Amino acid sequence: MSDATGPNQENGEGLVAHLIDHFKKEWQLYVMLLPTIAWLVVFLYKPMYGLQIAFKDYSIFRGISGSPWVGFEHFETLFQSEQFIRALKNTVIISFYTLIFGFPVPIFLALMFNEVLNRWFKKTSQTIVYLPHFISSVIIAGIVMTAFSPSAGIINTFLGWFGVEPIYFLTKPEWFRPIFIGTGIWQEAGFQSIVYLAAIAGVSPTLYESAVVDGASRWQMMWKITLPSILPTIIIMLIIRIGNILEVSFEMIILLYQPATYETADVVNTFIYRQGIQGGQYDLAAAAGLFNAVVAFVLVISANTISKRFSRTSLW
Amino acid sequence: MSMKHLYSKGDRRFVLINSILIGIFTLSTLYPFIYITSLSFSSGFAARAGTVVLTPIDTTIEAYKYVLAQPMFWISYKNTFLYTILGTLMSLIIIIPGSYALSRPQLKGRRFWNLVVAFTMWFNAGLIPFFLNMRDLGLLDSYFGIIIGFAVNGFNIILLRNFFEGIPQSFEEAARMDGANEFQVLWKVYVPLSKPAIATVSLFCIVARWNGFFWAMVLLQDEQKIPLQVFLRHTISTLSDDNEFGASLVDATYSAETVTAAIIVCSIIPILIIYPFIQRYFEKGILLGGVKE
Repeated sequence: MSDATGPNQENGEGLVAHLIDHFKKEWQLYVMLLPTIAWLVVFLYKPMYGLQIAFKDYSIFRGISGSPWVGFEHFETLFQSEQFIRALKNTVIISFYTLIFGFPVPIFLALMFNEVLNRWFKKTSQTIVYLPHFISSVIIAGIVMTAFSPSAGIINTFLGWFGVEPIYFLTKPEWFRPIFIGTGIWQEAGFQSIVYLAAIAGVSPTLYESAVVDGASRWQMMWKITLPSILPTIIIMLIIRIGNILEVSFEMIILLYQPATYETADVVNTFIYRQGIQGGQYDLAAAAGLFNAVVAFVLVISANTISKRFSRTSLW
Repeated sequence: MSMKHLYSKGDRRFVLINSILIGIFTLSTLYPFIYITSLSFSSGFAARAGTVVLTPIDTTIEAYKYVLAQPMFWISYKNTFLYTILGTLMSLIIIIPGSYALSRPQLKGRRFWNLVVAFTMWFNAGLIPFFLNMRDLGLLDSYFGIIIGFAVNGFNIILLRNFFEGIPQSFEEAARMDGANEFQVLWKVYVPLSKPAIATVSLFCIVARWNGFFWAMVLLQDEQKIPLQVFLRHTISTLSDDNEFGASLVDATYSAETVTAAIIVCSIIPILIIYPFIQRYFEKGILLGGVKE
């Protein structure tokens, strides 16, 4: 920071004069900055002040500051509540499976795209696999509900060809996670491969040239040159992903789950939505949200620190 | 990587198998869209019987006629256009000057202001405080609440700021000599040079606005104000409930399935229209945004 490097910084008066000079000259910059900062304060920082209701017996009529303090009562209630514990477990389990099954897919996809020689084919297939990322979750959920419907859905039609009786997939707790995670991979894997493709584009061509001279096959080059070269990117993405482990796309869950599947589908944010916004238990739901946010914050900051140490210069 | 060396038989076989696998993955991405489109053009009877697999059966446009005759479809479509255009403009008006200021070395407390932005990406007060805040601000059930309440996000600011920082100061010297102030320098020098970054941010905003669902569902009660996604959700869940409404459609030439499919197709079309532009910019955009915190 160069805040105090004015000409007269030795004495206070000089500093004030310097600041006045600075603002006279540069006031326009602060006018430009003001709307952004004001927005952040009103819409994101003010709610942080409102988080205190997690420690209060909040009533709408008394308001945030007028409601009486109750200490950690809501947190005690939460951790004795089977529903909250279940939501917490589900969040971690869904995230973990998404990581195990979803994380490798974009890496392989990028490696494979890199081996496609026909430019038109490569461009076209990339255009198509990126597309679902830009489609709304309501539509994706609509497609899933239609495709998995017991009476008319294509999945049950396929199963019918093999003599399997129609399954009402979306009411079966054991099917919720596979469907949710599979949908996530289908929607995001293509788009996530972009980061790895960019890393592959940065690999020095001389590595491949000397390997060709040594008689290496493309298969060998993919495993022995391309993959190791993008390993730092893979590790950074993995760290970031672990840092975001509490972040489950709850909007999609709200769209796909139903009471029959809560036992495997209900995550912390859907719990908060039901208890708070639908049920009006704002203070309890805010406590659940605060717990979530604090754990997420610690994870994200640790992930950032680790990945910075790992990459030293920049991420991608 | 050099693509000219295709010496061995093994290489050729590898490239072929690889292309086939990519082809399969691509088709499996595409298939659900083909299925939904075919369903939307099939008769209600064929859809109910589950006979639609690849192409429309008993081709008909009855489902579209039904959808397009719903007044709520048009109202919500109009609302989504409104939210998308005004919301994106609002975002740009706020964050272009903001990101520019954050990119200027002479800004005092620059590191602090950048931290104020970055912190919002790490810590979020969560659904309930945000909701109560919107209520306290009187922004429930309001067009303006939807437009202003989601105008800014840290990622877009950082993306633009990084881009502005990458522009050499020498570009603005001529304008400075002519006595241009900061607003003029931003408008006449930086904005024209930053078209790719601004296009990227605009497209992120447009897509987010077009697809936005959760908060519109939570914040808006008045049917006249809901966007397309909320109407879509409402229709899909009503139809799939197999209640009277769904059952009443069975005998007709359309069914709950074909109507759902037709609404889905109608709401994807605008995204498909701007998709070529999205594709041109977003790859660059992701990489720009990720470079620095």
